[in-house]
Amino acid sequence: MSDTLTQKRPSIIVEGVRKTFQIRHTHSMKEAFISRIKRKQVGSTPYNALDDVTFSVAEGESVAVLGFNGSGKSTLLKLVSGVLEPDAGRVLTRGRVAGLIEVGAGFHPELSGRENVYLNAAILGMNKAEIDERFDRIVEFSEIGEFIDQEVKHYSSGMFLRLAFSVAIHVELDVLLVDEILSVGDAPFRKKCTEKIHELAQAGKTMLIVSHNMAMVQELCERGVVIRKGKKVFDGPIAEAVEAMNAK
Amino acid sequence: MTSVDLTGFQTPGRGRGVLDVFNHGYLLRLLIRKGTATRYRNSVLGWTWSYVKPAAQFFIYYFVMGVVLQFHRDVENFAIYLFAGVVAINLFNEAFGNATHSIVDNRALVRKIYLPRELFPISTIIIALIHFLPQVAILLLACILVGWTPTFLSLGAFVIGLVIVLMMSLGLGLLFGALNVRYRDAQNFVEIIRMLSTWASPVLYTIAMVQATLPEWAFRIYMLNPLTTAVELFHYAFWAPTTTTPTDTLAPSIVGDVFLSLGICAVLIVIGQIVFRRFERSFAQDL
Ligand SMILES: Nc1ncnc2c1ncn2[C@@H]1O[C@H](COP(=O)(O)OP(=O)(O)OP(=O)(O)O)[C@@H](O)[C@H]1O
Ligand SMILES: [Mg+2]
Repeated sequence: MSDTLTQKRPSIIVEGVRKTFQIRHTHSMKEAFISRIKRKQVGSTPYNALDDVTFSVAEGESVAVLGFNGSGKSTLLKLVSGVLEPDAGRVLTRGRVAGLIEVGAGFHPELSGRENVYLNAAILGMNKAEIDERFDRIVEFSEIGEFIDQEVKHYSSGMFLRLAFSVAIHVELDVLLVDEILSVGDAPFRKKCTEKIHELAQAGKTMLIVSHNMAMVQELCERGVVIRKGKKVFDGPIAEAVEAMNAK
Repeated sequence: MTSVDLTGFQTPGRGRGVLDVFNHGYLLRLLIRKGTATRYRNSVLGWTWSYVKPAAQFFIYYFVMGVVLQFHRDVENFAIYLFAGVVAINLFNEAFGNATHSIVDNRALVRKIYLPRELFPISTIIIALIHFLPQVAILLLACILVGWTPTFLSLGAFVIGLVIVLMMSLGLGLLFGALNVRYRDAQNFVEIIRMLSTWASPVLYTIAMVQATLPEWAFRIYMLNPLTTAVELFHYAFWAPTTTTPTDTLAPSIVGDVFLSLGICAVLIVIGQIVFRRFERSFAQDL
């Protein structure tokens, strides 16, 4: 009884979420002040990037978020990771959330690969002991080898992405958010990444994956949420979700 | 769906403000190391710049105020008096300036990954503190050369002065760092504050002169500036022990000033944190 209950418990709850962006053109206090006095929004139009989106992801479930460009998928993941805050509704998460939203965001070109691994793993929420323990695996996975002590600015863009991805994927996590990064690197590395994500799914991690690669999404997820112009239009089995997305 | 038990759930993106520094100690250390390691990358003189810049500034002040305006005749050991004040203001300017830019400079991170954003201004303030140490070393050397012996009281004055400067930088840094994300005017305003800071505290002149010229109420206002107290504490720590008649150049009510300044700085931090919190919600989308 309690077993089934814990299995059913969601890891991510998105409830009636709306995210409105002000497409502003004012970037000075003077303009902001004047528009405040005139009680009107000068040159700014509200735009709902997400509108009343509700769904939840159960613990251990892998869910794909599908939609065309600009439909609000990245915005949704940023709300779940805490980078953005919803304007209405609420987002709740359980456990350690790690986002592969934009790998390499914290990399500093002037630091060596090694220093960057430590810095980024710490940014993603790990402490020194955890990083020390994983360091060798991170380097091995990235196949960077002896370049690890070189400054990152001398890396090829593929090497850079490999190392960044490798750090992100080795973070201690319960919930993984993946945005469009499975397309990094060359074909063998892509395959390796997909396998790694599979492995994490098998290990019972919760996943929310954004990708335009329908084949990969169908392989990794059992359920899909389709977003169109900020509204949820479909939520169900992945095969039907892919159809729903392509159907106009 | 609403019937699920919500224990153990968190709202993503809610930190504990400045207090988050304490449970992100390791990340803070790495951010500081990154800041210090990359600062003088590709520069031949490297850390020497941390000595050259204040030295140049000191000599120009000494030449104009001491030699041209004949100040060194009124103030005993004027060089030390001057340098003690310059060092305090330099720390403030550097820490406050860094903190103001810190969020915008780290936009790549702020837009993509959630981490307590207070870490950025705090780490840059600590970096400023690290670059301040060589200047203190020079100051100490100069003091020892003219026969200074440290006492517990002078050490205490130095530490309290330091705390006041850092608290003020943090409070104002949080405030203007957050405003700067949405309104880049903030950094120009900060430039003005930094420019005025040297003149609004007794660095190039003595407090006795201010008291003699300003009416009582204006002097009260002047004394509200926590930097004035900090500069006076630095004078008390480094310069006073090297002179014979220090009392008539120091602030008349230093103990009261210390408490008042600490209070003002605490209020600044609270205001800074509240504003930072409010603006933080939209950092990622405004950058
Ligand atoms: N900070 C911002 N300020 C204003 N508008 C924004 C901001 N971020 C996103 N938007 C708008 O929100 C909408 C959704 O963007 P989002 O990045 O979520 O799309 P997406 O579904 O991830 O698209 P893609 O498939 O191209 O990655 C877009 O119209 C975009 O212009
Ligand atoms: Mg996107």
